[in-house]
Amino acid sequence: MQIQPIKPEQTVSSTSLYADHVKIYPQRIWGRFRVIKWSALSLLLGIYYLAPWLRWDRGPGRPDQALLLDMPGRRGYFFWIEIWPQEVYYLAGLLILGAIGLFLATSLLGRVWCGFTCPQTVWTDLFMQVERWIEGDRNARMKLDQEPFSLRKAWLKTAKHGAWLAIAALTGGAWIMYFNDAPTLVRDLVHFDASLAQVGFIGLFTATTYLLAGWAREQVCIYMCPWPRFQGAMLDEHSLIVTYEAWRGEPRGKKKAKETEKLGDCVDCNLCFNVCPTGIDIRNGPQLACIGCGLCVDACNSIMGKLNRPLELITYDSLSNSAARAAGKPAKFKFIRTRTIIYAIGLVLVTAGMLFSLTTRATMDVTVQADRSPLFVKLGDGEIQDGFTLKISNKNPLPMEYRVAVEGIDGLSIKIIGADPQSVKVGGDSVGTFRLLLKAPRENLKHRRTDITISAVNVTTGEESRHGAIFNGPKHDDDDD
Amino acid sequence: MSDINKDELTGKPTTGHVWDGIQELNNPLPKWWLTVLYACIAFSVLWWVLYPAIPGISGYTKGVLGYDQRKVYSEQAAAAAEAQKVWIDKISASTTEQINGDAELLNFAMSGGKAIFNENCAACHAPGGAGRPAFPVLADDDWIWGGDLAQIEQTIRHGVRATTDDATRMNIMPNFGTDGVLTPEQIADVAAFVMSLSGEKSDPAAAATPESIERGKQVFADNCVACHGEQGKGNLELGAPNLTDSIWLYGGDAKTITAQITKPRHGVMPAWEGRLTDAQIKMLAVYVHALGGGQ
Repeated sequence: MQIQPIKPEQTVSSTSLYADHVKIYPQRIWGRFRVIKWSALSLLLGIYYLAPWLRWDRGPGRPDQALLLDMPGRRGYFFWIEIWPQEVYYLAGLLILGAIGLFLATSLLGRVWCGFTCPQTVWTDLFMQVERWIEGDRNARMKLDQEPFSLRKAWLKTAKHGAWLAIAALTGGAWIMYFNDAPTLVRDLVHFDASLAQVGFIGLFTATTYLLAGWAREQVCIYMCPWPRFQGAMLDEHSLIVTYEAWRGEPRGKKKAKETEKLGDCVDCNLCFNVCPTGIDIRNGPQLACIGCGLCVDACNSIMGKLNRPLELITYDSLSNSAARAAGKPAKFKFIRTRTIIYAIGLVLVTAGMLFSLTTRATMDVTVQADRSPLFVKLGDGEIQDGFTLKISNKNPLPMEYRVAVEGIDGLSIKIIGADPQSVKVGGDSVGTFRLLLKAPRENLKHRRTDITISAVNVTTGEESRHGAIFNGPKHDDDDD
Repeated sequence: MSDINKDELTGKPTTGHVWDGIQELNNPLPKWWLTVLYACIAFSVLWWVLYPAIPGISGYTKGVLGYDQRKVYSEQAAAAAEAQKVWIDKISASTTEQINGDAELLNFAMSGGKAIFNENCAACHAPGGAGRPAFPVLADDDWIWGGDLAQIEQTIRHGVRATTDDATRMNIMPNFGTDGVLTPEQIADVAAFVMSLSGEKSDPAAAATPESIERGKQVFADNCVACHGEQGKGNLELGAPNLTDSIWLYGGDAKTITAQITKPRHGVMPAWEGRLTDAQIKMLAVYVHALGGGQ
């Protein structure tokens, strides 16, 4: 490889390797996509702020919050489902479901996640609206920022950041309510009894919300988020995306009577650019920074409507439809494609697996771990004894009794230290740990290692759980090694 | 030649670098990203000032916050001990029998006993009480000084032949050979008899014959029954081992048994009272009892 040194006269003079931040002043717009965005925002924020307040009766002495991740108690509560730490694969399943759902939605409808439901979009939208209420629309805000310092400017800026911080604090507060009992937490906060960790996390999420939705905004989508970079892999020419129909719009220009014949429908009013929350010009074609929110569609339609020109110059449509219309052919939606079928099958399979596993979920579990030292001992009467650690998980809220039995060797006898194998008691919603001693007549051990099965049966419900183990003994003549 | 600052195809500015004729487009990084880098550097400098950071010849910079992991550890260990206190107090106030009968106390004592055992006992008795040559297995059902909870607790507290403890478990088996009590022939006979008690396959080295076993039976009756009993089943009170099972402390072959009769070895276990707390000894007793199920 040959590297050419940069000659002084060729050095970069006009361009820097670092770009200044260009502040974006999105203009207010009303239309179909704005309505969808407000609806999605109200629904999602409503769920987010109110869901921790839902109650769900689980009986006395147990949390009555419908959605609760109890970290110190090592339990996750989701309405009637209670998840133990060892079942965290349900969370993995949920994330896989979310990922496949995202892939399916993207291949069908483009960046609906980015444009309407991503938390970054939702809170940025809310913060922009607050900004608009306080400082005014695009032109007023641009003017305000250029104004010299004044009392009015100071008041408006203070009010805006105050409002942002208030929303951010509510957001941070709501977040930790998913990890604490919401009414108790609010009471503690009011009485200044909240723990340092609670206040710390509220502070952390307040700061991130304020920074990300108030200051970082489109920088998150363009520079931080990995999704814009690989979401293109889910798209094809049939996916619905925000497109500018250049065949109809170009050449763009202000309408002048004598030139009407030559010019396209685009009047170059720049409204599509002015309303864009990421500050891009959709007329440059599909691009990474376009989050697919459709506000430019609303903007263009409002102009085209006034000019009595056909709507949907900027449209939420597929590239293939756009090309078909350019060629004068009828547009045709094609939702059933190989990729959408694969994503849909994946979604159905994972959902079915999760549902099956959740509905057939055992309320008990038994595990056995053999002692590693000593592997076995010879007793005075020549019998062989192995020690095990037996754990019985009781996922019922009430204490239960279990009958423990072992199969696999004739004449095996069971002893549990401090308990009767016929009725081993385990407290409600807890794991009982026991020392299990198994004794086998030496003549019944045909190998050094013998497979055994340890079972526990819930005496009340009859539910059974089994666990395989190895019974170690002395080397036997039949052993190969 | 085209302007090196402009890419012809895209019209975008280039960085001016050329590699084998390939130019690099300038997609500028946002300036705040650079600011974040500088902020991280500033943070690391601040960290050096606040926390222990730079090692020297005989020490290190302590940092203005005075943070010390040893101190944090002691605080956390003290907090953990405080949290355990309610259980430790209960264990101190209970007998080992009571601990064994209470599911919660038993659970606590088993965990605590295991930790104490691994720290103090496993060096000789091996983890899990698996035993080592000349150090008894604690996971079987053969006990020299008794295997119920009280007896195990007594042994742990006062040790075996511990010189520091007057209440220690004490016995001395006479030197039947070196003190001239028995002749070598008599010792060989009694060794053959002792081996026959446990029904083990006889050791060829013993050259045991029905006659020698018969002679040995008489020697045993004359010299050994006082401690080991008429049946050779041993005596827990005296710490005389049961000779009829096939579990041997020093070994069950003719050579080892002969050597043990001629000039016995005597194992020593320290007394743990004073070295471990009362609660620790009780937890240890419960744990050791549970290893093989006790007696």
